[in-house]
Amino acid sequence: MSNAEARLEILTRINRATQGAQTPQRPAYPRAATQSREDVLLTFEDRILDYRAGFVRVPASGVRGAVRAALGDARRVVVPDGLDAAWLPDSLDAAWLPDSLDVLRDEPTLTHAELDGADAVVTGCAVAVARTGTIILDHGPGQGRRALTLVPDTHVCVIHAHQIVPDVLDGVQALAPAVRAGQPLTWLSGGSATSDIELVRVEGVHGPRHLRVIVISD
Amino acid sequence: MSGLHPEQSFPQAAKAEVNNPQLRANLRKVTTTIREKRLKAVGELPHWEELRVLGAATKDEALANLSDRLLELESSVRARGGHVHWARDAAEARELVAQIARGHGVTELIKVKSITSDEIELNAALDAHGIHAIETDLAELIVQLSRDTPSHILVPAIHRNRAEIQALFNRELGDPEHLSDEPAVLAGAARRYLRQKFLTTRMAVSGANFAVADTGTVCVVESEGNGRMCLTLPEVLVSVMGIEKVLATWEDVSVFMELLPRSSTAERMNPYTSFWSGVTPGDGPQEFHLILLDNGRTDVLADEVGRQTLRCIRCSACLNVCPVYERAGGHAYGSVYPGPIGAVLTPQLLHMQDKNANTLPGASSLCGACFDACPVRIDIPQVLIYLRGEVNAGKGTTLESVAMGAMRYAMSEGWRFEGAVKLARTGQGPLVHDGQITALPGLLGGWTQSRDLNPFPPQSFREWWKKREPGGES
Repeated sequence: MSNAEARLEILTRINRATQGAQTPQRPAYPRAATQSREDVLLTFEDRILDYRAGFVRVPASGVRGAVRAALGDARRVVVPDGLDAAWLPDSLDAAWLPDSLDVLRDEPTLTHAELDGADAVVTGCAVAVARTGTIILDHGPGQGRRALTLVPDTHVCVIHAHQIVPDVLDGVQALAPAVRAGQPLTWLSGGSATSDIELVRVEGVHGPRHLRVIVISD
Repeated sequence: MSGLHPEQSFPQAAKAEVNNPQLRANLRKVTTTIREKRLKAVGELPHWEELRVLGAATKDEALANLSDRLLELESSVRARGGHVHWARDAAEARELVAQIARGHGVTELIKVKSITSDEIELNAALDAHGIHAIETDLAELIVQLSRDTPSHILVPAIHRNRAEIQALFNRELGDPEHLSDEPAVLAGAARRYLRQKFLTTRMAVSGANFAVADTGTVCVVESEGNGRMCLTLPEVLVSVMGIEKVLATWEDVSVFMELLPRSSTAERMNPYTSFWSGVTPGDGPQEFHLILLDNGRTDVLADEVGRQTLRCIRCSACLNVCPVYERAGGHAYGSVYPGPIGAVLTPQLLHMQDKNANTLPGASSLCGACFDACPVRIDIPQVLIYLRGEVNAGKGTTLESVAMGAMRYAMSEGWRFEGAVKLARTGQGPLVHDGQITALPGLLGGWTQSRDLNPFPPQSFREWWKKREPGGES
């Protein structure tokens, strides 16, 4: 270790500084009143719409059509490994893709330039938080590595209703196993935005400009 | 201004700023807008006060056991394939970043907005090594291209209006199309300029909002996606974090993800947050360095009253409610940490030894709004008063302390006070112009430097009270 000296000195300073410091009593985590399942889902929908992202709730049979609609006029679409086959047709053929959509698999790994050439990406997620309208990816199967949901301009995210939890703490607790396994996380709350010029909100700076959320009713 | 060291005292620096009407108008608009939005975002959570108490206790707990937490963080980051470095001061931290860049033969790197990197004056140091650091946050890019310095923690270019940014981008980004002054058009120009940089640059530098000791997870909170770009596309990532940013366990992240966005941008949640633990094979940078920075923090930690300053999560809520910040603007504080939090943090990080920084605890009306707004309940007014005492104690006997002693004597007996008021009324004659006192002599001049004073009235309350008719007004 090159900076053993700095390490030792900082630790010594800290120990001297915290000598006799009391560890405070930590109060219980405050929780909001419990909502019904339907209210949780409605809260989530409200938040997603508030972020001006697309939202649609469909039965399992309607996912395929909803995905196609959400892709809009995208031509080149990235599909991560492990995406639920039921969200896409068995063969990515002309029946489903009348306008001959180009489907990019990340196998072998797409280069940054190839990703930059894609218009959209379709993924699932690990968990979603209703109160804040936050979608969380742990980049497991069906979610792709981090760059896939970052570079293309449209992100279509398919969420099972049972993945939506009421609050931030519920989400954090649900993610603990993934984090302890070393997986990275991406939290999304709406699309890319900035308010740096005269506080005027501009949507779509570097991340995807369009987020379209499809919730599958359980 | 650069780093932590103010070039002037606060009263000197504020004088120019309070006389800039454009700046004051910009600031007023921003602070009032965010203030109102924030109250709405906070009001949505009925248990906000309990969250604040928990946030404060969670940080205090980590700080009370700081060496254990940092050692745990070090070993968990290493276990995930990351490298951990320790930097006693700014110079060591800068040198570490430059070494890593040189080791990879890098002459250009991309940066996520990081106030800690501004604190250590990283960009200038890298320049001296022939390494150009490109800021990728829109506001930081504006500040960098105009060779300016940030004036707000959250919206660093808030002192610039769209016309200035339009002229800047047309000049600096060499856009073939002439850009209009529409914020969306200007943001689009930044997007085009930075896109190739994101896709091709091999190294990135970031700060860290939080780091989790037990899992080795580092976190960056942002809005634009420039953070995600820097954190995932390059091959090498270096994150510089103050040692006070460490949390004990993964579950501790929750309360801060509730407190921070609502306090800072007044959103329920910011658009993007990235968490990573060391390196992930096949995903993101395959080399990760975490630099743990002291740079005065252990001094703050050693002070029982000042210690709470280290709870700060850099949300900037205190700036937006501060009447002094609203008028003086961020540059007047002369440090990368402006506003009420800067007034307590900057002098402490400089060991209470910097003459100019030691004027910062005076930059407050002690109205207490900053304490009410602070999501981790830092009692900023308490620390301000305490630091003023520290500064004064360091001065020994001064003209000011003698004057204060005389005041104490005069005010301790009613008859002495009445006599003093009469004396002052006679003495003020030459100072009054058009019913106002605009300049006081000597030591008292500080009071009238940026405000006028009403003269003593012809009759004091005590005189009126004595003369009034019993049972009615005189």
